[in-house]
Amino acid sequence: MSLKHEHELSFIRKYIFSMDHKIIGIQFLFMSLLFMIVGGFLAMIVRWQLGFPDREIPFASHLPESLNPADPAHYNAVFTMHGSIMIFLVIIPILAGAFGNFLIPLLIGARDMAFPKLNMLSFWVALPGGLIMASSFFVEGGTAATGWTAYPPLSADPQYTGVGLGQTLWVVSVLILGTSSIMGAVNYITTIVNMRAPGMHFFRMPLSVWALFITAILQLMATPVLASALGMLLFDRTLGTHFFNPAGGGQVLLWQHLFWFYSHPAVYIMILPSMGFVSDIISTFSRKPIFGYKAMVFSLVGIAGLGFIVWGHHMFQSGMNPALGTAFMISTMVIAVPSAIKTFNWLGTLWRGSIHFTPAMLNALAFVSTFIVGGLSGIFMASTPVDMFIHDTYFIVAHLHYVLFGGSLFGVFGALNYWYPKMFGRMMNSTVNTIHWVLTFTFFNLTFFPMHILGMGGHMRRIYDPTLYEFLKPMQPMNEFISISAFLLGASQLLFAGNFIFSLFRGKRAESNPWRANSLEWSAPSPPPHLNWGDKLPTVYRGPYEYSSPEVAEDYLPQNRPLIGAPTPSRTVPAPARA
Amino acid sequence: MHWLPEGVSTYSPSIDTMFYVILAVTGVAFIVTEALLFYFALRYRARQGVRATYTHGNSRLEMIWTIVPAVMLVLLGLSSRRVWGDIKGRIPPTDQEVVIVASQFDWEIHYKGADGQFDTPDDVVIHNDMSLPVNKPVKIRLRSKDVIHSFFVPAFRLKQDAVPGLTIDVWVEATKTGTYEIACAELCGFGHGTMRGQLTVLEPDEFQKWLKEQEANVVPAEAPPA
Repeated sequence: MSLKHEHELSFIRKYIFSMDHKIIGIQFLFMSLLFMIVGGFLAMIVRWQLGFPDREIPFASHLPESLNPADPAHYNAVFTMHGSIMIFLVIIPILAGAFGNFLIPLLIGARDMAFPKLNMLSFWVALPGGLIMASSFFVEGGTAATGWTAYPPLSADPQYTGVGLGQTLWVVSVLILGTSSIMGAVNYITTIVNMRAPGMHFFRMPLSVWALFITAILQLMATPVLASALGMLLFDRTLGTHFFNPAGGGQVLLWQHLFWFYSHPAVYIMILPSMGFVSDIISTFSRKPIFGYKAMVFSLVGIAGLGFIVWGHHMFQSGMNPALGTAFMISTMVIAVPSAIKTFNWLGTLWRGSIHFTPAMLNALAFVSTFIVGGLSGIFMASTPVDMFIHDTYFIVAHLHYVLFGGSLFGVFGALNYWYPKMFGRMMNSTVNTIHWVLTFTFFNLTFFPMHILGMGGHMRRIYDPTLYEFLKPMQPMNEFISISAFLLGASQLLFAGNFIFSLFRGKRAESNPWRANSLEWSAPSPPPHLNWGDKLPTVYRGPYEYSSPEVAEDYLPQNRPLIGAPTPSRTVPAPARA
Repeated sequence: MHWLPEGVSTYSPSIDTMFYVILAVTGVAFIVTEALLFYFALRYRARQGVRATYTHGNSRLEMIWTIVPAVMLVLLGLSSRRVWGDIKGRIPPTDQEVVIVASQFDWEIHYKGADGQFDTPDDVVIHNDMSLPVNKPVKIRLRSKDVIHSFFVPAFRLKQDAVPGLTIDVWVEATKTGTYEIACAELCGFGHGTMRGQLTVLEPDEFQKWLKEQEANVVPAEAPPA
């Protein structure tokens, strides 16, 4: 890799079939954001149907036939695609694909990923995967309509849903997206293990890198299991096998075990990176070292390890042996401990800090605040007897949105605010993004908090007209309230989208280190050139959280700044708590 | 204070109690952590000339906030286990059995009929309308003809998937007469949201009278359960 090489690249090699990790990261970012618009729009349709089941959507005549929820079969298709797109094409690719690609080499001081071609391939596999999913809107019979969990036999035999090709395209799409995930994961792990800058010990890595590292390990270990399940489902649908058909000797519950063996770790794939970003943002804007760095690392590892032995908590009422349910309940209760450790350490970082309320920080604080709710509500479901009542109700819907929207997405908003200057070399307007944060945080809570109360009343998930049930009728005003809040939540995103696009062209030019932060990416220009740094890679002298250090007059001390007279420390400077 | 709907099975009070215990524990954790978050954010906002405290953590604090939640959670797990064991660990001896065969989008409810046997031509089969005696344990055998459904009676706090290829036994003892609703809690196709049934809990003598009437109405050609 010659440093002069970049000047010889054509536009296509530089921006489309690029092997530069930053461009690939931005490609993933744009792909995910575009799909986020689609997924968000589908959420609006879902909320219209639930809030106002008797009224047709005003713009229904302009929608493709397969999206009009007035037909109950289409309602199933709409929420199925909302969930599938948000999980497989928004949250996972934006966290692992976009931020994983952009940040890992910059934060560890590498010029690029270990396997740039594989990296390019991972995007050019993901995009067709997404397009295949999107194409199912336009095929006969419409899209998959079996929920993002696609439980067979419903998903295995077209006679049960009336959806033929759409469901098959869904299976193929998720298989392809999984392949892309595995390519990314191999690359991230190799890069982090082998290509850290001189002095960048494992315990000097920013928590974002740790989180992306652990996430990559989870992806590498869990995704093949999903692939095996999807393969069997595909064979059942297309080749006439009976893996999940009891009439042919198959086992219905096998799918759920395999699916959740992937999808529970996947829940952590969808939250761990955000936890890392939030840790970095909170430390930076508190001007204070992260509290309990090693506890933060070990709790990430703990969540990942325990994450592989809790999948059965999705199956307490599935017909799985109740004794097994007890075992999964205990492991699930225990996994809440590392989450608690992280929360307390974030609070500890804020304690006696010097807090700057930038939009990135506000979103990070929103993450902590909503993650507390999502984490605590999980304890209800972990309890097997309580789950008997609230399983498959809106309590679950509330919980998962507190974790995935309140958690992952506030983390994403924080990270976008924080790293936007590095990605694009321009600043976003912070006033607009502060207003966006106020509106999003408010309407998010107004939308999703009342869903807990619906769930406590027994309100089932995935029904298209709650007013059909006597016991749900009294809750309909709350459903209307939730829907209106959801529309306002959706509308608030226009502010962010507008600011994002406007700032790409008209934003103030960003300096290399606008937040006075310590980690290595801020030592590169904004945006960093091809191969990130000039002739010489940075050397790392300390951990990434040396804010307000007594050794210097400023309140930050970059990882790569040598201190004159001070000996080069051979180990991590701080002696963090050992948990 | 009752946030959950009225529960009318023998085990609904213990499930509800478990819910409220968790609500109390998580409620305290919620208030304390959110209050600290809010307080720290206000109290330690950046001010001219005030430098953040340079500290990397505190081992004793880490120990405390690891051990305290761990103990609390394991205690919650153990007490949940007891309730779960009472519900799932055994089925109380009873001669009252019902077979429910779910299909898209219908609950087929089978009673033994006059001969006291299932799978005979005199079985009573009723669609989407179930009756049970009060204060008597009833064993429910759940089956499915096609896809996964989930038998959900919110007033009983009872939910159990009906899985094709399996027969899953659950039980319930109703504590109050009245009319309640059955819903399907597992996505089962386009009519999932309409898979509604009615459940009537009757005094034992009324139930027997009702059952006799149904037995008299049986058309012997009725097919036995699948």
